[in-house]
Amino acid sequence: MSESTPTGVTRAEYCAIACAEVFRGDGEVMASAFGTAPALGARLARLTFAPDLVLTDGDAALVDGAPPLGAPPASLVLESHMPYRRVFDVVWSGRRNLIMMASQIDRTGNQNISAIGPWARPRAQLVGVRGAPGNTVNHSTSYWVPNHSTRSFVEQVDVVSGVGYARAAAAGPSATKFHEIRFVVSNLGVFDFATPDHTMQLVSVHPGVTVDEVVAATGFALVVPDDVSDTRDPTPEELDLLRTVLDPRGVRDREVRA
Amino acid sequence: MADKRLTLDEFVAGLSSGMTIGIGGWGSRRKPMAAVRAILRSDVTDLTVVSYGGPDVGLLCAAGKVAKAVYGFVTLDSIPTDPHFKAARQSGGIEAMEVDEGMFYLGLLAASQRVPFLPTRAGLGSDVLTVNPSLRTVRSPYDDAEELVAMPALRLDAAVVHVNRADAAGSGQILGPDPFFDELFLGAADRRFVTAERIVPTDELAAGGPLQSLCISRLLTDGVIETPGGAHFTACVPDYGRDEGFQREYVAAAGDPEAWAAFRDRFLAVDEADYQAATREAAAERAAAKAAKEGA
Repeated sequence: MSESTPTGVTRAEYCAIACAEVFRGDGEVMASAFGTAPALGARLARLTFAPDLVLTDGDAALVDGAPPLGAPPASLVLESHMPYRRVFDVVWSGRRNLIMMASQIDRTGNQNISAIGPWARPRAQLVGVRGAPGNTVNHSTSYWVPNHSTRSFVEQVDVVSGVGYARAAAAGPSATKFHEIRFVVSNLGVFDFATPDHTMQLVSVHPGVTVDEVVAATGFALVVPDDVSDTRDPTPEELDLLRTVLDPRGVRDREVRA
Repeated sequence: MADKRLTLDEFVAGLSSGMTIGIGGWGSRRKPMAAVRAILRSDVTDLTVVSYGGPDVGLLCAAGKVAKAVYGFVTLDSIPTDPHFKAARQSGGIEAMEVDEGMFYLGLLAASQRVPFLPTRAGLGSDVLTVNPSLRTVRSPYDDAEELVAMPALRLDAAVVHVNRADAAGSGQILGPDPFFDELFLGAADRRFVTAERIVPTDELAAGGPLQSLCISRLLTDGVIETPGGAHFTACVPDYGRDEGFQREYVAAAGDPEAWAAFRDRFLAVDEADYQAATREAAAERAAAKAAKEGA
């Protein structure tokens, strides 16, 4: 613990810090981040410990720097053209690190954004698998789940969109070659798959959350190590960037409350 | 050069029931909506719709025109899902071929290149391969012996895309930031249609934007149709952005049979010119309602 632990850090700010950590150690890769905490995390990483990260404008360009949330398009400094067709070149080259959202995620890291219920007649058709199958077998992928519950953290997802460890292994070396599910960040804590059988373990709880709360909100047997830490505090610089530069209007606190 | 100009009626007369139709654009962006509306007014039905899906797929589902949808997603962008597509899937009313959006791209590319499939890692290990049991893998004939997904060519009977400008011979210009996969939809199809905000003399194309914006060649076009506002209510930048107010109205109406019947009567049971007039009226009504609310 630092001697000057910041006070009044919100849950959403811990989520943003946890998402920033997803990009630690990344060099010149395209950072794609869906959801508010991931969008802030990628920008924070770019402005601090991962200065070579390449951010997108959310449309068809790569941008210089790390623009604030909701920055007007005219204020962006564009550095490259990145239409969707070229995005696939990047995905398949592996030069990308992604945080996607997940309607369901399971203990071996499968993600579902396709449908809930039986395929022929789902109870809920969601957006569709999108790029999740290709992303997960081509470059590092992490997930952001802002509503951690037994409905989102399930034993087995209904439709495997993003591929987890067991499914990649079963599919063979072509599926595992570039596969990595780096982290899962939820509104309660941070998780990874660094266990002998690549099942999900608790890495840290956000301050204010207990391990028991996380276990109770998880619909499968989560691996809980003896030494679960708190998600790290933001540095004063990071907190200042979040509050005064990247998200002065506090959009983050509407995605995750408390 | 051949004059390929058509009317919307002539376009739809070239389609028939049971066809596989590709629709350009992406989500709720630069969709050939005037062409979709022309299909809605026609007797054409039992379609296989191939699309980076947006309200094109939703509207065709709502009208009962869709037997099968081939897609990686169906989204309205600013609203995550399309209510009519959801309803069609949840009632089991349509067959679904849901694939990774990169696989979809390779399917169009394979069809454009006249090869039966293209290999990709995308799809391996996912349920894309289990919910689409017709998909196969292929083993590399080289020393790596990698096993990859063999994405089959997505051959189309017809395709329609919407662009900012075109000339009468069917060269198309996309002035927005992303040409999406429109070129490949046309390349994959037997009958190829381009709708355009404006049809202009050929020399105005290169005068109106950088050479890279002239991305649809007439090699890829059989018919070109002038449809001002033809992407409405989806975005067609720089000519216009998405009509978010109208899109919200579309979604709200979908939630209630009576409201949907009223929406259909006002906006869909009319020809394209009346549609455009009705949407302008609706925008004025929304603006007036907003002003009244703010004044209150």
